[in-house]
Amino acid sequence: MEDLVKAVAEMMEDEALDLTRKLLEQGESPAKILDAYKEALVIIGKRFEEGVYFVPELIMAGEMMKTASELMKPYMAKGSSAAVQAGKKGKFLLGTVAGDIHDIGKDMVGMLLDINGFEVKDLGVDVPVQKFLDEYSAFQPDIVGMSGLLTLAYDSMKRVVDGLKTMGVRDKVKVIIGGGQVDEHACKFVGADAWATDAVSGVKYSLQWMGC
Amino acid sequence: MSSSAQLLQEREKRFNDAVALNKPDRVPIASVWDFFPARFKGHTVKEVMYDPQLMFNDWVECLQHFQPDMGENPYGLRGFARVLDALDYMHLKWAGHGMDDHQGYQFVELEPMKANEYDHFIFDPSDFMIRRFWPRVNKALAAFENLPPINQIIPYYWGLYSGAFLLSPEMEAARGALMEAAKASAEVLKWAGALGAKLKDLGFPASSGGFAQVPFDTLGDLFRGTKGVMMDLFRRPDKVMAACEKLLPIMIDSAVASAKRTGVMRVFIPLHKGLDGFMSDQQFHRFYWPHMKELLNALIREGITPWVLAEGSCNTRLEAFRDVPPGKVIYHFEATDMFKAKEMMRDRCCIRGNVPATLLSVGSPEDVKAYCKKLIDVCGEGGGYIMDASTTLADAKIENVQAMYDFTREYGVYK
Ligand code: B12
Repeated sequence: MEDLVKAVAEMMEDEALDLTRKLLEQGESPAKILDAYKEALVIIGKRFEEGVYFVPELIMAGEMMKTASELMKPYMAKGSSAAVQAGKKGKFLLGTVAGDIHDIGKDMVGMLLDINGFEVKDLGVDVPVQKFLDEYSAFQPDIVGMSGLLTLAYDSMKRVVDGLKTMGVRDKVKVIIGGGQVDEHACKFVGADAWATDAVSGVKYSLQWMGC
Repeated sequence: MSSSAQLLQEREKRFNDAVALNKPDRVPIASVWDFFPARFKGHTVKEVMYDPQLMFNDWVECLQHFQPDMGENPYGLRGFARVLDALDYMHLKWAGHGMDDHQGYQFVELEPMKANEYDHFIFDPSDFMIRRFWPRVNKALAAFENLPPINQIIPYYWGLYSGAFLLSPEMEAARGALMEAAKASAEVLKWAGALGAKLKDLGFPASSGGFAQVPFDTLGDLFRGTKGVMMDLFRRPDKVMAACEKLLPIMIDSAVASAKRTGVMRVFIPLHKGLDGFMSDQQFHRFYWPHMKELLNALIREGITPWVLAEGSCNTRLEAFRDVPPGKVIYHFEATDMFKAKEMMRDRCCIRGNVPATLLSVGSPEDVKAYCKKLIDVCGEGGGYIMDASTTLADAKIENVQAMYDFTREYGVYK
């Protein structure tokens, strides 16, 4: 397991995936393997904050995580996913808003939230306002997180918040916006509860809201 | 000498003095106008993108109004909507094609080169461009994906099949589209030539006569996408290097040819994927800077002044950027710490820009003046500085641009 943590944290993709396969074949529990990945992602997140790792490493970590969860799927016992979900700290609906396709930052936030115990549903990029609202109803998240790097993204964000108001659920859900250019003015304009220009503070807000 | 010929010389000298790190008569000022001139004249982006005459009029009036030290010929980067239409171009969304009529165009990230296609590109870039890249970014050329390899046509008996394929029904539509695009291109070029002559008549030197990119940016922006190229750094670093080496002479040759054709010995080079945060120092020095440095040096050897627009921030790259011949390169900085840049570049390169785009779009003229004052005081000291916004004037308020120009002309005079 320690080797796995190290392989992921050091960006040794082939080693990491070989180890994952081997561990699974040996009957190791997927939950334990997942923990190793999360441990590695914490290290990666820390190195990013310290300016040791940059965008390439974050993208790579996301890819490794994705491939690993594909590998683990066949080994996941039925029902265990419900158990995993029961242990989650909260549900987070995430997406890059309509008109905007920047997703590097969003993916990082998604990953960090996941490591920190949230059940994250990521709607992707250029997500239409109505899609956010429909997914809200279906997924019933505790928090809606919208990413946007373009100035014009604020309009889309505002329309989502207005939509939540119209649905009468605005006070049931926390809304956070993020992206390199957001600030207090944008937050106020959109009608969000908080804003973040880095993933870590976004996660902090979310944990706080869930009472953790 | 006519007054406009004099003006042309005066401006060229002012600008070149700043580039050469000499003290000009005053701080030169220029802009990347984006679609500002259309807004200035009450037109939409869509109107000028599709109407070259209107674009001509709006740019002439706008430049005459603000009197920058460099003119700008917008056709190559803004006036090409009919070319895009003919090709059904997928790398952009533009006014009337996925964007509102008043919005500038946006880049759409694609992955026209798959991870397993590096070898094809490296073996024969032209074949890859024609049969893989073009059909994947131009919907109208989709049929090119099925073209037989052109490099197999050597004597006639190896070429029968390939030649006949050009007549196939699927190629017919693509051929038509290509001819439409060619006609639209010729039309745009005609207007670009006319405006170039007009601006010269009015005493405006041209800001740039060509375009180039650092190979890693071309690979990332246009071939592999941001995520693709970043993963390639780990998965196939040698292929990334080989592709960049293949792209380098293409970048140099096309920029040099364009500068010579237009007679404007300045080349615009926007930077994207080597900025702070995008890669580590080690990655930067392996995959980005060596090709960037060679690109700059090759252009300088041809007598060309590279105008590098460092988007985002480049604080950690300044040390490397210094490593070029003195007085030959313009570094245009967006969010880099401009005062630190001045310190580091004082004896090496002219720096340009840094009036924040946000300040120009939401601030007041007084805010703008205060910022410009600081820039002139600190960065203008001794020469080697060109006043400009941090990036384009896309969203800038007219009165703020006015303030930037008026203030610089008045306060920027060297005693
Ligand atoms: C990479 C990039 C691109 C790539 C995107 C690739 C991709 N798959 O994402 C490409 C080349 C495709 C691109 C295209 C465009 N871009 Co761009 N792009 C950038 C760039 C250089 C970096 C963005 C980035 O990824 N940063 C790294 C990540 C890690 O940072 P981040 O996104 O801020 O995320 C962090 C936090 O903000 C936060 N966070 C992010 N989201 C969320 C969400 C929540 C809920 C929370 C809590 C936190 C959070 O956590 C992250 C980690 O700390 C920026 C400039 C810059 N320096 O920011 C311009 C920039 C954002 N782009 C810009 C523009 C204008 C464009 C284009 C319109 C250009 C064009 N004319 O074609 C198109 C638009 C395409 C579209 N419709 O969206 C402008 C926006 C200006 C504005 N204010 O509107 C910028 C600022 C550049 C500039 N100064 O001109 N771009």
